[in-house]
Amino acid sequence: MRWLNRFRMAVRMLFRRQAETASLNDELQFHLDQQIKENIARGLAPAEARFAALRLFGNPTVLREEARSNWRWNRMEKFIRDIRYGARALTRSPGFALTAIVVMALGIGATTSLFTIVRAVLLKPLPFREPDKLVMVDEHFRDTTGGGDGFNMVSPADFNDWRQQTHGFEQMAAWRTYGFDLAGEHAELPEVVRAAGGSWNLFSVLGIHLAMGRTFTAEEDQPQANHVVLLTWSLFQRRFAGDPSILGKQIRLDTVPYQVIGVLPRWFTYPDPEIQLWVPYASTFTPEKLNLHDSHQSRVVARLKPGVSADAATREVSALQYRLHLANASKAVAEDAVWRPVIDYLVEDVKTPLIVLLCAVGCMLLIACLNVSNLLVARGAARRKELAVRGALGGSRFTLVAEQMTETLLICAVGGSLGILLSILGTRWLANHWEDLPRAETIHLDVTVLAFSLGLVFLTALLAGLLPALSSTGSGIFAALQESSRSIGGSVSRATLRQALLTGEIALTVILLLSAGLLFKSFLHLRTSDLGCATNHVLTIKYGLPEKQYDTREKIVAFHESLLERVRRLPGVAAAGLVSVAPGAGWEDDRVLTIPEHPATSFSLQNDALYRSADPGFFNALQIPLLRGHFFTDQERLMRDHYIIVSKKFADQFFPGENPLGRLATITHKDKPENYEIIGVVGDTLYDVAQPVKATMYFPALSGLPETSEETIVVRAAGDPLALSVPIQQQVAALDPELPVFDVLTLQQIVGKSTATQSFSATLVVAFASLSLLLAAIGLYGVLSYLVAQRITEIGIRIALGAQRSEVLRLVLFDGLRPVFFGLFLGLAGGATAATFIRSILYGTSPLDPIVLLTMVGCVLVTALVACVLPALAASRIEPMQALRIQ
Amino acid sequence: MGKPSDLVQGTLDLLILKTVSLEPQHGWAIAKRIQQITHEVLQVQQGSLYPALHRLEQQGWIRAKWGESDSGRQAKFYSLTAAGRAQLDREKESWSRLSTAINLVVEGV
Repeated sequence: MRWLNRFRMAVRMLFRRQAETASLNDELQFHLDQQIKENIARGLAPAEARFAALRLFGNPTVLREEARSNWRWNRMEKFIRDIRYGARALTRSPGFALTAIVVMALGIGATTSLFTIVRAVLLKPLPFREPDKLVMVDEHFRDTTGGGDGFNMVSPADFNDWRQQTHGFEQMAAWRTYGFDLAGEHAELPEVVRAAGGSWNLFSVLGIHLAMGRTFTAEEDQPQANHVVLLTWSLFQRRFAGDPSILGKQIRLDTVPYQVIGVLPRWFTYPDPEIQLWVPYASTFTPEKLNLHDSHQSRVVARLKPGVSADAATREVSALQYRLHLANASKAVAEDAVWRPVIDYLVEDVKTPLIVLLCAVGCMLLIACLNVSNLLVARGAARRKELAVRGALGGSRFTLVAEQMTETLLICAVGGSLGILLSILGTRWLANHWEDLPRAETIHLDVTVLAFSLGLVFLTALLAGLLPALSSTGSGIFAALQESSRSIGGSVSRATLRQALLTGEIALTVILLLSAGLLFKSFLHLRTSDLGCATNHVLTIKYGLPEKQYDTREKIVAFHESLLERVRRLPGVAAAGLVSVAPGAGWEDDRVLTIPEHPATSFSLQNDALYRSADPGFFNALQIPLLRGHFFTDQERLMRDHYIIVSKKFADQFFPGENPLGRLATITHKDKPENYEIIGVVGDTLYDVAQPVKATMYFPALSGLPETSEETIVVRAAGDPLALSVPIQQQVAALDPELPVFDVLTLQQIVGKSTATQSFSATLVVAFASLSLLLAAIGLYGVLSYLVAQRITEIGIRIALGAQRSEVLRLVLFDGLRPVFFGLFLGLAGGATAATFIRSILYGTSPLDPIVLLTMVGCVLVTALVACVLPALAASRIEPMQALRIQ
Repeated sequence: MGKPSDLVQGTLDLLILKTVSLEPQHGWAIAKRIQQITHEVLQVQQGSLYPALHRLEQQGWIRAKWGESDSGRQAKFYSLTAAGRAQLDREKESWSRLSTAINLVVEGV
């Protein structure tokens, strides 16, 4: 029963502490009274009896303290007392406390936000069955001069051979993205939906249980099988109001009826949330296309067999791939297969920016710690006498350090709590405004993140508090008592410590500023990079003609031409044209080609070019210059379609130093190679602002080939381009009321979308860097003002003895700028390292860009100078008489 | 009268437990009782008595209760708990082992 007693005791000591304290006092008083009584009984006079008793009793406070030290919760009581002292000490200098708390709140808040995002996006395991057993298998071309990341998409025939002829993986599944016009059984409001084709085993490989219904069967995963479709949860809710009776019913995709067989769970938004529905993989191909080894559009995910490593399993696939490569020597068939974790594929675009941002906030937090540390050293110096007196009166070093640490902890805890509040808002804002951030829906604050912030609070308290606390309670503590009041200049070692802290702070700031400058310049470069065509007042609208109704070349051409004619007549339209993919809107499509006059010895990835189709008016509409030859005319239409216009890059690459006009290029469209005559050369356009120019071929859109059934109408407007979007959609509806349009975007919006991540990371890093610069300036100003205040007597004497004020100014300035210069050099070295780390996300900007370097160094110097000049001026204005009288 | 001997370390607990095992006592009485029984050889100072009493109470070996003293004043009386009785036995045993051992050294050989 002892534990019960002890528990009762613990409760009593916790909740009845006041009563216990009173009780202890009574107990001791009783003892004292007994002693007095005994002394009187011995014959002493009452006053003397009392005096003797007190003498025997000793120091009652010490006795009380010792008795209490045995009480439970004593340590907590001490801690609370330290907190009370700390709070009192902080309220005595509210300016310092407020600065430190705000600094810490910003640092901890930003770090928590970034950690939340990094954890959700990069670290959390994917919500699939045994996600560590899943890998992506990609093709890999050994010739990497064509750019890219070395993870090429897989062709359907390669995938089929992998699946049937290798045994290293438990299962392999594939998917590809696809687009459909979606309508109901009775032609309700048509819309264009992004879809995906998934192999029948995809969902079982991932380990996904459907919300309702079933997945595809192997029989359904055939080119001409019955049409079945799986809905994603969002489409199910949005379009079908979550009505389960849709199961088994028909919907129309590209006017063909599909039976709904299942609904995916709500959380399944992979590979990206834009995908609205899934159809069987093979059904998105014609039988011929399914057998192509050189048309790459699929991604392959595989589940590892127990006991077989990804390397071993991929080696087998790779060996097979090499045989396929040899068997198709003249075609674009990769030599190798490579694997990578699924998460790497999903986050490939944001991984580096996220890590850079996390490093940036880490840097900022460190600067914040150094800053608070610096401010604390200053306070420590001001409280030297107080600490010395307390040390002399018996305060142990541990007690004094603990008390100062409590003060720092208090700052960090209050700052941290504010920071977490900030971070809740900040994280939500970031997740909502960062376009294309994968897995954004999984981002939220949870226990791990809170634990992380708590750890951060203690870590920052330790970082910021320990050094000042140790230095201010060091062995020299009593020297403060010996110093005469007229002593000049503070302790040298403490000044060194502060300068070292400042140097670190400046160095980190320089690193941050350099990285921020580089990212920002790279972003500006992206935003201002020349697409190669008119970008102002240009609207693009996409549409795709369903194969079923538009089954002849004539029908397709007739639609395109009448739409163009109607749009060109609209008021406010300066020019209009058709193109399959607008400039800046991505790679989308390419073709491998050979030049009959320059036969290549073997296949090379270099021999491909972007595939585009355009109408005669497109180049004028986007003001793409004609360099040689002529644009398409009404001659190049319908069956007279074997003419192409090429870009300048194409001409330079395939006909260096020659006139390409009239030359032939051999391109395989379906299965047999055909010759196309080059009739014109136009200026280059970029398919992605972040990528170098790629050779491009334009085929006549008015040929009416099936490839031209999906087009983008580009319109150069006289005024606001978006104002034209509704009139143009009305024209489309007038021609075909069941035809939906999609991606209604201005050219600038397209560019903005593709630079969203860069824009985000650049803006944030610049914000962090500016904040850090401000912190460094505050630190510098604080240190210098303090040093001047310390040396006021010395400076007074100097001036009294005839020192020039300019000399004093120089003296103080030099003192302040010394750590700045040291920090600058350290920071430049660190900045060079950081720059090579972020090289991969810099576009058209050298890691050692001289403009950025000079601007940022200038920024630091100017800020430092401003921070130093004020205290220096104050020092030079010291009146000697006043200064000497001050103490 | 020579200087009162310092208590052998750790024996104060034993003395207190033994003293309160007879009947509930207040602090003053405990000190007096030890002093009397040992013929003034052992004098327990307040400075060690009260911290020790509070420590034993926190450990759950003795229990405190306010009661009326001989002089009619309220005083805090300590009494042994069941756990305290077991502890007393243990302390007694370890004391007898220790004193036997010391005796062997001092008187033997």
